[in-house]
Amino acid sequence: MNAPLLQVEDLCVHRGGVRVLDRVSFALGAGETLGIVGASGSGKSTLARAVLRLLEPADGRVRWRGRDFLALSGRELRAARREMQIVFQDPATSLDPRMTVFSILAEPLVVHRLERSHALEERILALLREVDLGPEVLHRHPHELSGGQAQRVALARALAPSPALLVADEALSAVDVSIQAQMANLFGKLRHSASLACLFISHDLRFTAVLCDRIAVLSRGAIVELAEAASLVRAPRHDVTRALIAAARESEVQRR
Amino acid sequence: MLRVRDLTVRFQTGEASFSAVDRISFDLGHGEALGLIGESGSGKTTVALSLLRLLPSGAQVSGRVELSGEDLLGLGPDALNRIRGRRIAMVFHDPLAALNPVLRIGTQISEAVRAHQSVDRRGARTMTLELLRAVGLTANDADRYAHELSGGMRQRALIAMSVACRPEILVADEPTSALDAIVQAGILDLLRGLREERGVSILLATHDLGTAARLCTRIAVLYAGRIVESARTTELLASPRHPYTLGLLRSLPPPLGSSGPVRLQPIAGSAPPPWERPGGCRFRNRCPRAQDDCAKREPELIEIDGRGLACFHPVDAP
Ligand SMILES: Nc1ncnc2c1ncn2[C@@H]1O[C@H](COP(=O)(O)OP(=O)(O)OP(=O)(O)O)[C@@H](O)[C@H]1O
Ligand SMILES: Nc1ncnc2c1ncn2[C@@H]1O[C@H](COP(=O)(O)OP(=O)(O)OP(=O)(O)O)[C@@H](O)[C@H]1O
Ligand SMILES: [Mg+2]
Ligand SMILES: [Mg+2]
Repeated sequence: MNAPLLQVEDLCVHRGGVRVLDRVSFALGAGETLGIVGASGSGKSTLARAVLRLLEPADGRVRWRGRDFLALSGRELRAARREMQIVFQDPATSLDPRMTVFSILAEPLVVHRLERSHALEERILALLREVDLGPEVLHRHPHELSGGQAQRVALARALAPSPALLVADEALSAVDVSIQAQMANLFGKLRHSASLACLFISHDLRFTAVLCDRIAVLSRGAIVELAEAASLVRAPRHDVTRALIAAARESEVQRR
Repeated sequence: MLRVRDLTVRFQTGEASFSAVDRISFDLGHGEALGLIGESGSGKTTVALSLLRLLPSGAQVSGRVELSGEDLLGLGPDALNRIRGRRIAMVFHDPLAALNPVLRIGTQISEAVRAHQSVDRRGARTMTLELLRAVGLTANDADRYAHELSGGMRQRALIAMSVACRPEILVADEPTSALDAIVQAGILDLLRGLREERGVSILLATHDLGTAARLCTRIAVLYAGRIVESARTTELLASPRHPYTLGLLRSLPPPLGSSGPVRLQPIAGSAPPPWERPGGCRFRNRCPRAQDDCAKREPELIEIDGRGLACFHPVDAP
């Protein structure tokens, strides 16, 4: 059995004096995709940020490749951080408005010295192709992109340093159905590359169900159910899970 | 109530100039809800922003946007401000930018209530709490700042604020796409209630057919800046005629719990950037039904019996 890539133990986070994550524990194997679903405000984004140490937890542990991630510093922390990338919920605010797409994608490659300058543009174009964008967006600024284009640039930026863990926080929620389907297939492809694990956060159970190996249901900051995706949908055990399934069924288009 | 004719919006990026929205026409009647659906970059947000002239100054807008007969594109800033918020309110998918970071949520909504209705402070507070309850937020949330709320909570606060202005027309750009399915259902109920009980007209821009189907009486499908099909919602879903509309329906994820192939069926390729649109039909290079004539001329939107269609080789009616 693989040693887990990421291990979260009894993680607690307080925000504004309130406990918004309550003893969350799970493990994620290399190449595995774990879905995190839950109502709005249940703590999904908080969990994503705490796992990446963008928020200091009040209690609990995060292990990265078996080591105490919360205790890492300096070069070791930077090396671990490079292996963990995040795509945020809101594409409009996650990209620096002053930078062009070229510099947005060049930055992670240059910062991590991954690419020599003459190969840089080629690598950037390859990244754009991976997310179905063409060279025409290279010299545009984020405000000159549509929402879906911006989201794909954010995904390309996250993939640039070849991470081992991708945290996708509502990465599909702002893009249209056709691109959603393409992105879902893209995540499906990434999922089967043994080298990339994914925490796939979404309020849309329909995508989580087809894209994830296992799904954790978050409610008021705590995991109330964690199961293999198909069995969670087929035989939910918790009321919150049942409510999410019912709502997802209601949002399906009835064509009659 | 709202009549849009030949609305065209051109942008300048670097050297290139292109039309993001090209000769779009539609009507929005009293108490009607029209869904503008289409892929990323099709121009939904541009249409929404142009109605109240909220586009950046470089944008060139032509055509007519008439509100009860008055052309909004010709109004001065003062006249426009009287319409913004009061007669036409907007809800965008970027709530953090639209909320005031240094005012508590409840205070912002109360101010909006008082700006549009003659009530005292206490009355405004009561109405604020009612509005918040209607979008699933609590009195505690009223005392918080925007950055202290989750993404979905902010979006709901913004909807409450827009409703507080008691607009005649609500323009909503992806109002629920960041929300979980449970809250989404609640917001859609709220919007439907506004339409049915108060006769508020709604223009909903979304990529999500499911959302449009649940709220809208009519749907107009945008592709590359043009309307390619429009119809009553039930008719559009039951018998899509434009190959693009059919492609959108087929892109939807499979019903929950269905077994079988996991690969979804997106439409081939992606929408071309505005300056690389093919001549003739803009959809033809992604279209499984395209033939030679599609390259020669651009199909015009032809309306018959309340259904509009711009296609030379439509999908057969069932
Ligand atoms: N900066 C903050 N200060 C205080 N409370 C916060 C802050 N950020 C988030 N919260 C609270 O933490 C809880 C969890 O928020 P979080 O953003 O993690 O939810 P979420 O599950 O991602 O929701 P959504 O689906 O709406 O994005 C919410 O109750 C929210 O109000
Ligand atoms: N300020 C701007 N300057 C230049 N081009 C712009 C500007 N705003 C939008 N565009 C371009 O206009 C076209 C239409 O964009 P718009 O944002 O209206 O699309 P949309 O349908 O709302 O897409 P999405 O679903 O991704 O939000 C796109 O090609 C976009 O890149
Ligand atoms: Mg969130
Ligand atoms: Mg948009």
